[in-house]
Amino acid sequence: MLGGIALTLFCLWFSQNNHLLPVPASANAGAIDSLFNVMLTIALGLFVLVQGVLIYAGIRFRKRPGDDTDGPPIRGNIPLEVLWTSIPAVLVLGISLYSFEIYSEMGGLDPMASGGTLVAHNHGGAAIAATIDEDPATRDLQKRGAKDNTLAYGVGASRGGMSNADLDVDVMGLQYAWLFTYPDTGVLSGELHVPLDKTVQLNIKAQDVLHAFWIPQFRLKQDAIPGQQTSLRFKPVVTGRYPIVCAELCGAYHGAMRAEVVVDSPEDYDTWMASMVAAVDPADKLTLAAAAGDFTEANPQTMSDRNFLKPYSEEMGVNAKTLQGMSHLH
Amino acid sequence: MAQTQVRPLVEDELPQEPKGEWKKYFTFNTDHKVIGIQYLVTSFIFFLIGGALATGVRLELATPEVDFVSRELYNQLFTIHATVMIFLWIVPAGTGAFGNYLLPLLLGCNDMAFPRLNAIAFWMIPPGGVLLMSSFFINEGAAASGWTSYPPLSLMNGKSGELIWILSVLVLGTSSILGAINFLTTIIKMRTPGMKFNNMPLFCWAMFAASILILVSTPVLAGALILLSFDLLAGTSVFNPSGGGDPVVYQHMFWFYSHPAVYIMILPVFGTISEILPVHSRKPIFGYLAIAYSSLAISFLGLIVWAHHMFTSGTPAWLRMFFMIATMVIAVPTGIKVFSWLATIWGGKLRLNSAMLFAMGFVSMFVIGGLSGVMVASVPFDIHVHDTYFVVAHLHYVLFGGSVFGLYASIYHWFPKMTGRMINETWGRIHFVLTLVGFNLCFLPMHYLGLMGMPRRVAEYDPQFATINTICSIGSYILAVSTIPFLVNAVVCWRSGEKAPANPWDGLTLEWTLSSPPPEHNFPTPPVLKTGPYDYGVRERRGSKKRPISKLRASDILSN
Ligand code: HEM
Ligand SMILES: [Cu+2]
Ligand SMILES: [Cu+2]
Repeated sequence: MLGGIALTLFCLWFSQNNHLLPVPASANAGAIDSLFNVMLTIALGLFVLVQGVLIYAGIRFRKRPGDDTDGPPIRGNIPLEVLWTSIPAVLVLGISLYSFEIYSEMGGLDPMASGGTLVAHNHGGAAIAATIDEDPATRDLQKRGAKDNTLAYGVGASRGGMSNADLDVDVMGLQYAWLFTYPDTGVLSGELHVPLDKTVQLNIKAQDVLHAFWIPQFRLKQDAIPGQQTSLRFKPVVTGRYPIVCAELCGAYHGAMRAEVVVDSPEDYDTWMASMVAAVDPADKLTLAAAAGDFTEANPQTMSDRNFLKPYSEEMGVNAKTLQGMSHLH
Repeated sequence: MAQTQVRPLVEDELPQEPKGEWKKYFTFNTDHKVIGIQYLVTSFIFFLIGGALATGVRLELATPEVDFVSRELYNQLFTIHATVMIFLWIVPAGTGAFGNYLLPLLLGCNDMAFPRLNAIAFWMIPPGGVLLMSSFFINEGAAASGWTSYPPLSLMNGKSGELIWILSVLVLGTSSILGAINFLTTIIKMRTPGMKFNNMPLFCWAMFAASILILVSTPVLAGALILLSFDLLAGTSVFNPSGGGDPVVYQHMFWFYSHPAVYIMILPVFGTISEILPVHSRKPIFGYLAIAYSSLAISFLGLIVWAHHMFTSGTPAWLRMFFMIATMVIAVPTGIKVFSWLATIWGGKLRLNSAMLFAMGFVSMFVIGGLSGVMVASVPFDIHVHDTYFVVAHLHYVLFGGSVFGLYASIYHWFPKMTGRMINETWGRIHFVLTLVGFNLCFLPMHYLGLMGMPRRVAEYDPQFATINTICSIGSYILAVSTIPFLVNAVVCWRSGEKAPANPWDGLTLEWTLSSPPPEHNFPTPPVLKTGPYDYGVRERRGSKKRPISKLRASDILSN
């Protein structure tokens, strides 16, 4: 009995103090971690219960030598069965509701999703805007913008139209690299820089095959799908460098398809952006246009960071596959 | 029907195997017992091949760099590993081997409803398997886009390898459909008079549920693969985005089969576990009806949760929520089964032999997979762990810890019936311990790898994960070694083990009323039941003549 209590306490303690996840570096990562901890607590409890019964039974109810009789003919017990049907039902329902909460908090429930009509669309859009940006002017803008939006895939705002994020970045996945374009400045980079504490919206596309954009420290992942746009939205809250990992099998060098996201303080971000803008060479535009196809088409402003792309731009024009070595660049 | 004559069975009546019996296993034989053993041996050989491929994968992953095989070959290895394990081992072993061997015996009939169709279904497996393996030897190499074969990648790797993969899976899927038609018909039509749905052994219920899933979902996979082959060969653009196709549609079609497929792989094993636990616990199964109907509930729910594999794909939010809740609900019928099994062994007289150890190991390991299953069903959490080693851990706890442990338990349990020989228990226990240790060492740490940021299907990885990957690889070597005692034990005992009596475990289901191995046409007349399949302990209770259970006779089970 005492042992049981001690074990339960240990499970509780462990699941609240585990170090099983990397630093939570986005605004919503903490909520997901709490969800994980709750699920881990429940799972550990059930785990201990089941293993306990198995081990206890294996020892206590072992057949003794010479005992050839059968056990008691118990065929069921309705109250017990109702209990172990309803408790798991309540638990999974609870977990579902909790997950639902967190998902909508993350902005995962895009407005179209909840109602399916334009009215609900606008209404929901405003609700999300309110949590992200309290400025009424922006909210109105967002309301209007939302009208031309269609269903968005991914966590975050709607595709097309206006996003109400502080920063929009276009992301292109290709074998085997990630390219980031900042539509406001036309800067193209192989490394994603984002300012601290600002809402960032990524509009994700793929050029060739499926990829998946994953930042473990942000707890966010979204497939990049050729021919469709998906999106992710987050607010980074801890400065630092984190890996961007491709999580969907995309070919031989899939494991090498990595990049980095740098969460800068606002000043560092501005410095970085300024240096990128200064480095833009209009001559690169052409090469890139040939290379990136519909990517450039979507963003006529696109220009490249020559430092980053120079060694690759010619090759890119020929064949995206030859880009395989790209990831070690950064 | 009351006065049927049942062949009186004498304990020490052991039929002498005529010489040259083994040859029948290499022929187009329509005896369900021969076919069952053909399935079992063939699929076990593929299990060893799939295991060898997995060892190749783990050798590569023992270090963060790409050193053991090339990146291209690595992708082929894990693709063919998964395909072999699913389509050539667990599905044919669970449904094909035990379904064919056991159903007629448990139902009290002489063969399956369509014996020829049955033989045809089996004989599609070896060519399908050989075809698949042959793709390693062609120039471009085998298929390399994962067992999920998502376009557009699957359209861009080597065409021949991909085509062979599609053909092979189509052949194996067809075989599985033919089998399912046979199982369903047999269960519905061929039960011995007096056996109602509600008192047939639980394995039959499980096969009933699994067969429905096969019939409903496998044709959709076939459709998806045929369309994929059009894109591959004829240049159509059903799924190919460069011509305006939609790759997400393929994912829906694929998972409409492949989620039910996980239940096709686990339900038969749920069934055999429900047979094994009562026998070796000497207690009736706890909650017969709940276990029986939860199989049906699982197969219904299993059909409406497929998009939980696509939470980070092109799936709109409201669909993500729907599939999350539907998936979570599956945990309820699954939990009913687990708790009923625990209640079955509680208070029993457990005989901890190899079959029982593997059956209890099954419950123990499967629960871990079920719990991580509920976690990945939660959308916000799955967005983080989808396509990472966390999912690799989850699926191995259900497929290896679940299906494979359960298949081993079944092999140990029915080995005497199938071969007429007892299997050595000491080596069986050694096999169990090695498997349990190797398995957990290999797969438990993978949960952590996934949570910390290691994606799946990679040949190279961040050096921060090196230590844990090395541990996983060591676990996999132990697992590889663990099959040796089993193989040697099985082969030696099959040839020269101690002769098995008709009913070595004192079981109450009908197969134990027949000699070991059973005669060619099973029951000379339809057996008439005197006891239910799980009436352990009942006899003594009723005050009928007390007889030690070790002397259970056919006449205790059958009326005559
Ligand atoms: C409590 C029951 C279960 C639940 C709630 C559950 C849930 C899930 C979910 C949500 C995923 C998708 C995870 C992801 O890809 O991010 C998944 C993957 C998977 N599950 Fe389960 N599962 C359960 C039981 C099973 C069983 C019984 C099996 C097989 C015997 C199984 C085999 C698999 C496999 C093979 C995958 C990975 C497929 C792939 O991506 O290649 N699961 N499971
Ligand atoms: Cu990739
Ligand atoms: Cu599934």
